[in-house]
Amino acid sequence: MGPGTLIVGTGQAGFQTAASLRAEGYLEPITLIGEEPHIPYQRPPLSKGFILGKQDAESIELRPAAFYKSHQINLLSSERVVAISLADRQVEIASGGNLSYDALVLAVGASNRKLPLPGAELDGVFYLRSLAEAIVLKSQLEEAREIVVIGGGFIGLEMAAAACMLGKKVIVVEALTRLMPRIVAPIISEFFRELHASQGVKIICDATVKGIAGAGGRAKEVLLADGRVLPADLVLVGIGIAPNVELARDAGLAISNGICVDEYLRTEDANVYAIGDCAEYPNEFAGGRVRLESVQNAADQAQCVATAIAGRHARYHALPWFWTDQFDIKLQMAGISAGHDRVVTRGNAETRKLSVFYFRKDKLIAIDSINRPADHMIGRKLIATNAAVSPEQAADEGVELRKLAAVGSQ
Amino acid sequence: MAKVIYVSATGESREVDVPAGMTVMAAALKNGIDGILAECGGVCMCSTCHVFVDEKFFDKLPPAQDTEEAVLEIAAIERRPNSRLSCQIKMTDALDGLIVQLPEKQR
Repeated sequence: MGPGTLIVGTGQAGFQTAASLRAEGYLEPITLIGEEPHIPYQRPPLSKGFILGKQDAESIELRPAAFYKSHQINLLSSERVVAISLADRQVEIASGGNLSYDALVLAVGASNRKLPLPGAELDGVFYLRSLAEAIVLKSQLEEAREIVVIGGGFIGLEMAAAACMLGKKVIVVEALTRLMPRIVAPIISEFFRELHASQGVKIICDATVKGIAGAGGRAKEVLLADGRVLPADLVLVGIGIAPNVELARDAGLAISNGICVDEYLRTEDANVYAIGDCAEYPNEFAGGRVRLESVQNAADQAQCVATAIAGRHARYHALPWFWTDQFDIKLQMAGISAGHDRVVTRGNAETRKLSVFYFRKDKLIAIDSINRPADHMIGRKLIATNAAVSPEQAADEGVELRKLAAVGSQ
Repeated sequence: MAKVIYVSATGESREVDVPAGMTVMAAALKNGIDGILAECGGVCMCSTCHVFVDEKFFDKLPPAQDTEEAVLEIAAIERRPNSRLSCQIKMTDALDGLIVQLPEKQR
């Protein structure tokens, strides 16, 4: 028996690779290594139930600690891989020594983009990606009263909603014209702007932050380029994440917007795969190479690689889907809407039941749904099977989407 | 504390103690029941916690909401009349002895 599979990263992708390998009947050794001290856990609840106190560290674990032992997965937490030797098929770990592999899976994720502005290093400025950060943030939020969130994307908005629900005064500052720009259509951005405003969150768009002012080493105001000064005793920065490419780059693997892999999720070294938040790969739904940051992407890519390592290579072709929870609204997203040239809707914002269908050259590429879960689920099938759906049919409530899914692909 | 019996696709039964308020999905993960995957963490987005509820208990459950019904339509194993998502079944004493059958596959 050889050294088996080594998985670097104990997030959703790394965990799922290990779990799927055993589920596929793989009997070789599995080593799962990650820098974080916690055993693998779910990230989505960190900006939702965890911050709100509805979930704790144990309830967000992907599996209890006993799972790793009972499935013969050698889990090494608080351990960092410092270098990869592709030629020797070994990695060097921070605590000293080398670990060999037959197959290497890089599930190393991404890191918070830091605010490149004066005052960003003051106390009271937080980012949120890890459980460690969530624990500190939750504790700091207790005493805070005026929160400024920099970034009107998913993390910023989920945190704004949570802070508002905890009774804080919240302001969201977004650099572009609307919320979740580049991801959703204006009608969805507007829905969420109104939702947040109705709950008391102040939304400022088209606003550039020029710095954070402090007193006694602690943040006290967010300064906007237009001269406005926003009082803040806690600043939350949600301006995106950058893939952790250093390990792969230093080993000589190609990197671009992430560690580059092919449609089999393999790097140019056939024994090395990269998946999840760190990986850039060709996605037919996006119409090109992308890097997706989602639970679905991590879990489905992990399954694909596990199946390959267990003996059955197949192209990765899973449909992207995503969700965000803000206040009592769940936005469900199927497909990738970037590059759309037309949208049609079913329902409307007033009734809080709304689906937005995105088309590119008359082909349905994505659907965003609020309180229309059937549209979302059938939509996944429509997009995944390339079903023939015209904008006119999508806009017509009288046309049952279920029937279009059954008809077959173009 | 109430009991849930998980019956695997191959017919093996395992009885598990589940505190009131815990979901059938969470109890499965906690107790090492492999036939439930829970990929989305229990938020009605993935269908991988699909179970068939024993007829003696099905009507005791609060009915499924639209979100759950929509997800059951995409389950890997075709849904049946007694299909539910175990992430939506919260245990109570009234459900003591609940029997759930696990499908052959979840994805």
